[in-house]
This record gives sequence, structure tokens and C-alpha cells, in this order.
Amino acid sequence: MADEDDEIILSELDDDELVQQMFDDLYDGLKEEIEEGVNILLDRGWTPYDVLTKALVGGMTIVGNDFRDGILFVPEVLLAANAMKGGMAILKPLLAETGAPRMGKMVIGTVKGDIHDIGKNLVSMMMEGAGFEVVDLGINNPVEKYLDALKAEDADILGMSALLTTTMPYMKVVIDTMKEQGIRDNYIVLVGGAPLNEEFGRAIGADAYCRDAAVAVETAKQFIARKHNQMAAG
Amino acid sequence: MTTRPLETTLPDDARLTSEGFAASGRGRTLLIACGALAREILALIRLNGWAHVDVTCLPAILHNHPDRIPDAVRDAVIEHRDAYDRLAVVYADCGTGGELERTCDDLGVEMVAGPHCYAFFDGLGRFAARDEITSFYLTDFLARQFDAFVWKPLGLDRHPDLLAMYFGNYEKLVYLAQTQDDSLTAKARDCAARLGLAFERRYTGYGDLATTLEHWAAA
Repeated sequence: MADEDDEIILSELDDDELVQQMFDDLYDGLKEEIEEGVNILLDRGWTPYDVLTKALVGGMTIVGNDFRDGILFVPEVLLAANAMKGGMAILKPLLAETGAPRMGKMVIGTVKGDIHDIGKNLVSMMMEGAGFEVVDLGINNPVEKYLDALKAEDADILGMSALLTTTMPYMKVVIDTMKEQGIRDNYIVLVGGAPLNEEFGRAIGADAYCRDAAVAVETAKQFIARKHNQMAAG
Repeated sequence: MTTRPLETTLPDDARLTSEGFAASGRGRTLLIACGALAREILALIRLNGWAHVDVTCLPAILHNHPDRIPDAVRDAVIEHRDAYDRLAVVYADCGTGGELERTCDDLGVEMVAGPHCYAFFDGLGRFAARDEITSFYLTDFLARQFDAFVWKPLGLDRHPDLLAMYFGNYEKLVYLAQTQDDSLTAKARDCAARLGLAFERRYTGYGDLATTLEHWAAA
């Protein structure tokens, strides 16, 4: 009886309550509820960009913070990400139609010899949520694939991911090749993955090591802003 | 010097996972090892009659937290180094990104060469030559402790729908068998089925672990 009486009808909540409820539902990884919440907000006239940033990204930021602080663990983050992905699938075509602001373009992929993509996929999703266009090259990428995509897509940012200590040195191969070709400074290079750290990022010549998806988004925003400032000054 | 009653001192896998294994205090050489290698090391000590070799194991679950391995090894070396003539560390890099090697160099102790136990059981050269990137590996210990090391930490006991996110890019589970044990092979095959992966068994015996320990025991 109590369960039935306590069941929350999303459509009966006002906007603020609904967004708070969506934060809770994201936290609990409830994909169907998130999809329902997104559709309700759109029906109420919210722009796709506002739904994305205020409801989904806002909720995932809480998830990311609790992961960083050791309150949530990988399985819970993946469930939350899966729920956000459900909402993103509804919003993505609408965002393109409504001309949401674009922050910049990122080419991202897991390095050669490595098939792990959980972290990379989280970064891709959060970067898209922050208004970046993301070209995801998937897993096991040789240097040529990164460089071809950077050029073909006229990207601003290169993101490289690795989970294995045996594969992370390949990031240096990519950066060194960029230097040899004289294109290193044309791009912002961000690296991430469980075994990496700031020292490694510096040693291989990346612009920054990003500890998690939220840091990747903030770092990318800072570097893009700096790039725009430099262009304005120049 | 008496030979340690090995069969009665080896703790069960659950204890090796969470607590490790204390040194007996006998012997001139101490091996500081991963708990996941306890059975294999004790078997080699017994087979070779190395009465002068003692072993202590750190909790095997550090396998899932490689960032904690270097400090744990450092603490163990500092704790035991005055009581033995020689110490050696039975870990490979094990996901520490070179940090364990730096720690061992700093402490002046040797460690096992290679990236991880899969490689040294298979043989470093052979493992590297295979260049397999879509294989997931189990050893005897990990086959027995699959739930504690894989299934539960990844939340698959609570959320089996996450399986594709974790293992969608893998193709095969390779069971690197240290022993001829049909029941363990069946268990490893079952692990592969649970992960939705093809199964292959490779008998490795003790691989490079045996030659490395022989070298240390002879010194």
C-alpha cells in the first residue's frame, strides 16, 4: 500500500521538483525515468540545451563528485551514465536542430593495443553534454587514425585514453609524431586513464592529464577559452 | 632447521585475498609476494626443498588496487629486512606503471620482470609475442576467486546488465592453468560463459615464476 501511495508521478511535479527528482533518478541509474523526465521538460517548453545542462549534466556532476569522493563506485557511475545516455539520445537530434552553443570539437579514442573504453565513453558523453562536438574513434587506435581524424574534422582537442600501463606509453608516440609533423601546437592534447597521473601527462608532452570526466570538461573549457583569448589578442 | 609443515599453514583463498599470509620467521631468504601466488610459491618451495626460503604474502585483493601495491611492498620490506639475509619481491609491474620498480630500486630489492603474472606464467617472450588485446585472463587463483576479484567488484552480481559495458570489447577468456585440475578448468569455463566470452585453456605450469625463484633461492 505504502509503495503505491508513495509512487512519484513525474508529470505531477513542478519544474524544480522534477529536476531534483531527475538528479535522484540519475544517481540511482534509472534510465526509463530519466527518459520520461526529459520528455516532460521538453513538452513543457524547455529548450533541449536547458534540459541537457540543468537536468542531466547537473545530475551527473553530483554523481561525478561522489565518485571522486569515494562515495560512489564504478558500477553506480556506469548505471548513471547509462541513464544519462538514454536522455542524451532524445536530446541529441534536437540540439542539432535548435543550434545549441558549440564549445569546440574533440577527437577522442583509446590508444593502440587497448580495448578499454568505459572512461573514454564517459568523457565523450560529458563533453557532449558540455556543448563540445565529439568524434569518437573507439578503441585500439594507431597514431595515423588520430592524426587523420584531427585533420579531417578540423578538431580543436585530441583526447587519448588508456587503462593499461603497457599501453599508456603509446600516447607519447602520438604526441611525438605530432611534433615531428609540426602540428603539435595546433591542438589541445588531453590524456586520461586509471594508471596515468599528472607527472606522466607532463612527461609525454600532453597539455593536461584529466583525472575524470568532469575534470576533462573543465580543462577543455579552460583551454578553449585561452585559445579564443589568444586569437582575439593576436 | 625444520621444514615448515606447508599444507597446514597455507590459509584459504578468502584469507589470502583479504589478509595475505604471514612469514614463518624461518629461513635466510624472504619472498614478499602477492597473495594470489601463495600456493604456487609454497609448491615450488616444497618441490625444490628450499628450507632456507620463507614467504609472506600481501593481500591478493591489491590486484584490484595496483596504486596501493608499492607502499604495501615498501612497508613489508622495511618490516622484515633486518630479520633476513635477502629479500625479493614476487610481483611484476602489476599495473603500477613502473612505480613498484622504482620502489624496489629505492629499497635495493629485486622483483619479477614483466608486466603481470599472466605474462610470467605464460613466459614473458611468449606472452608478448601473442599480442592478444581482446583476451581476459584468469590464473588458478583468479579462477577460484572469480567472484571476489571480478564479478562482485564490477557490480555484476547486482547489475548484470553492465556486462556489455565492461566486456563488450573482449572476445575470449584465457585460463592460464598452473595445475592439471579438471574441476578448476570447469570453473574457468563457467566464468567465460558468465562473461559471454569464448574459452581457451593454456597449461603454463609455473612458467617464469619457477626460474625466477630458482635464481633467488640459489643466490
